[in-house]
Amino acid sequence: MPDTGLDTDLENAEQVVIGNGIGARVRRKEDKRFLTGKGRYADDINRPGQTHAYFVRSQVAHADIKNLDTSAAEKAEGVIAVLTGADVAADELGGLPCGWGIMGKNDVPMHEPPHPILAIGTVRHVGDPIAVVIAETKKQAKAAAQLIDVTLEEKPAVANIRAALADGAPLVHDGAPGNVAFDWEIGDRAAMEEAFANAAHVAEIDIDNNRLIPNAIEPRVAVAEFDTGTGDYTLFVTSQNPHVHRLLIAAFVLHIPEEKFRVVAPDVGGGFGSKIFPYPEESVVTWAAAKLGRPVKWTAERSESFMTDAHGRDHVSHAELALDKDGKFLALKVSTLANLGGYVSAFGGAVPTFLYAPLLAGTYTTPAIYCEVKGVFTHTVPVDAYRGAGRPEATYLLERLVDRAARETGLSQVDIRRKNFIQPDAFPYQTPVASCYDSGDYEATLSSALKKADVDGFEKRKADAALRGKKRGLGFSTYLEACGVAPSAVAGQLGARAGLYESAVVRVHPTGGVTVFTGTHSHGQSHETTFAQLVNDRLGVGLEHIEVVHGDTARIQFGMGTYGSRSLAVGGEALIRAMDKVIEKGKKIAAHLMEASENDIEFEGGSFKVTGTDKETPFGAVAFAAYVPHNYPLETLEPGLEETAFFDPLNFTFPGGCHICEVEVDPATGVTEVVNFTAVDDVGRVINPMIVEGQVHGGVTQGIGQALLEGCVYDDNGQLLTGSYMDYTMPRADNVPSYNVGTELTLCAHNTLGVKGVGEVGAIGSPPAVINAIVDALSDLGVTDVSMPATSQNVWRAIQAAGGAK
Amino acid sequence: MTEVTMTVNGKSVTADVEPDTLLADFIRQNLSLTGTHVGCDTSQCGACCVLVDGDSMKSCTMLAVQADGAEITTIEGLATNGTFHPMQQAFHDNHALQCGFCTPGMLISAIDLATKNPDISESEIRHGLEGNLCRCTGYHNIVKAVKAGADAMRG
Ligand code: FES
Ligand code: FES
Repeated sequence: MPDTGLDTDLENAEQVVIGNGIGARVRRKEDKRFLTGKGRYADDINRPGQTHAYFVRSQVAHADIKNLDTSAAEKAEGVIAVLTGADVAADELGGLPCGWGIMGKNDVPMHEPPHPILAIGTVRHVGDPIAVVIAETKKQAKAAAQLIDVTLEEKPAVANIRAALADGAPLVHDGAPGNVAFDWEIGDRAAMEEAFANAAHVAEIDIDNNRLIPNAIEPRVAVAEFDTGTGDYTLFVTSQNPHVHRLLIAAFVLHIPEEKFRVVAPDVGGGFGSKIFPYPEESVVTWAAAKLGRPVKWTAERSESFMTDAHGRDHVSHAELALDKDGKFLALKVSTLANLGGYVSAFGGAVPTFLYAPLLAGTYTTPAIYCEVKGVFTHTVPVDAYRGAGRPEATYLLERLVDRAARETGLSQVDIRRKNFIQPDAFPYQTPVASCYDSGDYEATLSSALKKADVDGFEKRKADAALRGKKRGLGFSTYLEACGVAPSAVAGQLGARAGLYESAVVRVHPTGGVTVFTGTHSHGQSHETTFAQLVNDRLGVGLEHIEVVHGDTARIQFGMGTYGSRSLAVGGEALIRAMDKVIEKGKKIAAHLMEASENDIEFEGGSFKVTGTDKETPFGAVAFAAYVPHNYPLETLEPGLEETAFFDPLNFTFPGGCHICEVEVDPATGVTEVVNFTAVDDVGRVINPMIVEGQVHGGVTQGIGQALLEGCVYDDNGQLLTGSYMDYTMPRADNVPSYNVGTELTLCAHNTLGVKGVGEVGAIGSPPAVINAIVDALSDLGVTDVSMPATSQNVWRAIQAAGGAK
Repeated sequence: MTEVTMTVNGKSVTADVEPDTLLADFIRQNLSLTGTHVGCDTSQCGACCVLVDGDSMKSCTMLAVQADGAEITTIEGLATNGTFHPMQQAFHDNHALQCGFCTPGMLISAIDLATKNPDISESEIRHGLEGNLCRCTGYHNIVKAVKAGADAMRG
């Protein structure tokens, strides 16, 4: 294949775009280093004179630290220091901050207990760090940790939401009576109640959203050093947002000058949310590196990842949907309990509130919605954003409830959705739960998916399966999500303590090459390619002459990082605006070079042209002139060609689409196989279809993982039972099918590119499609519900509860 | 300390190691070949796979001393004279990697599978990769790439 970067795959022929700009299937610029073992991940970094940290962690869920004797460990071979909560207190370090405050009912703010970086007095989950041993080698640190004498007075623990809310339950924090961190509501309760009073039918569901462990394949790492001469700190860390890490650690935890603190997030091996938040270990090694005057490295073992990376989901909900006699939705009422874990993590309060309830209208015109959410402390690791963050929980609840309503009213899954869709001419569409959607065409994604999934041929496939003794089912999810995080003003009103804009610098070099400095961070998302395509498209510079730099606070202005599918919708737009400034300045330079009026210059096809003449100057010549300014009109024009833009969006973006899952269940064993999965998503304009499809494949697999395989289990005492890959079932290649994915596009109305975001759609849309398919397959056995994860055991139990396989 | 000698990516290396040094640590730390990754502590993720005498092995589950005398190929040894191995090329063409962390182990396992079963089917690929976790790609493009790479390796 010639190296055109174009796809020659015929099934995608309609999407072939000539060139390397917007819409082209360009193969990735970042691949070469990853394919040859030359990626540079944080654990690949070693600093001269480096020492190694090992953390001593609580092995129980709840205890008071009665005695902590580190003297034997301090004397062990190779040990340099042992630090504990007493040292943290003595140095007056701060706790880990929370990035988002929640105002509950009656203006009662969320309870935000301190979260020390090494436990002070009390431990609140298995894995809570008690002490750190720093030694010449990791082996020595680990061996010395065994010599620490710690006496824990174990106390009763609450390991799940129901236990935490029981009468007389032990308290996780004294300041949170009943273990409730906040009790929050959204929507018009009276309007909802009135609509329910007039309903012809009410569908109800009790629904749990299973707790997940993120499991990026690269474990968390932190390597810190301190220059005793200059007082400069450097931290190499597995982060999705190095500037946010720098700001929070410097200002809130260590109280060190931000300008003396460099945070580098080099190649990062997946994040999925879990690498957004500041964790204790990163602050501890930075603090220790300065105290000891030597670099300190910590790499999580996988078992530490299981017990310390912020977990995801974990909701218990009850919901009711009121319908009129024709199946139109009149009102929705939702009551949700959300597990926060032992402390409030950075976005722990926002995920089950503002990233959840504003999605409850989904793609439907439901006029009245009311939702209340209680955030609940438990003796488990903190819960925070995991791919989708709040939106998968909302989607799962709503799409399961719509599925049930269709079954109860006798409408088809397609008809009930079509009856209730927001129509394409209704945008902008104000929902009753704060979100205002800008664009979408839900009928288009639905009908495209129906075709792609060959829904017409389903009955025949079902009959064939029956001959083999299998139950075949079809499940739908016509979902919507909100991303492009976030309009700062809106986020601020909702309790965010920072703006969520993004920045870009475009530096044009004298030879015409371009470096883009972006405040977003790529840990699998392929920004080096996608952003280069934007530059190629706008400035006409060849991809090989475009460098995209991210992940280093010393090189990049400021940035909020990557999460909430924001990089292109917010960061990409900042890049477009910086390029527009470059073009504006280039026009001035070109006007000077061609002795024309600036107003007569247009930029087209990589060249500055004088309108109505054949005079032109290529972009590269303008770049050169910018840096070699002979005869330059210095009074009106500065040398150089480099521009900065910050972009703050006016609204969230609202990708949506239709996922259709087809399963086969063995009714004798409950073994369930996803035999077909179709996803047609509207993610706005597609820059690189190959990359977009890859994001959907990965997201859908995480969604199927949640639906069928994954589930974090704590026992009643708060012991983590799923603490390794032997116990926590990750989706593997033989658990999932090949996918059938496509896009239908409407453009986002409030960014130039018209992009909406694709990082999370797969994980948001897919779980209800899978479970609805299982319910469909087993409906003639009387099964109406199967809980996630739908392991063979859970499915088999559901069949037995309904009276067994017939 | 025990002396070990092995051939790594065509070069002979000899070193003194602690008897409990894992092959993965030996490769990453002693040889500074950081392309081989460590993603777990229970022999489950496959990020650490290297070819040991032609077989894909989890280098986190082998001691360096067990590899004494062996011929090892790591991800750094796959390309020749700056040209991708056909499997590397297939991963690139099919977008079979996102964050790249699982990629070294995936490539090694893929080469092992394609060498032993040149006309490998999709379901054989999926079962054959059961010991390699990827959290990013959903496996779809990896499976496509392994098929394409196997075809290219057959010539
Ligand atoms: S590091 Fe996970 S299997 Fe070797
Ligand atoms: S590409 Fe990220 S784990 Fe496979």
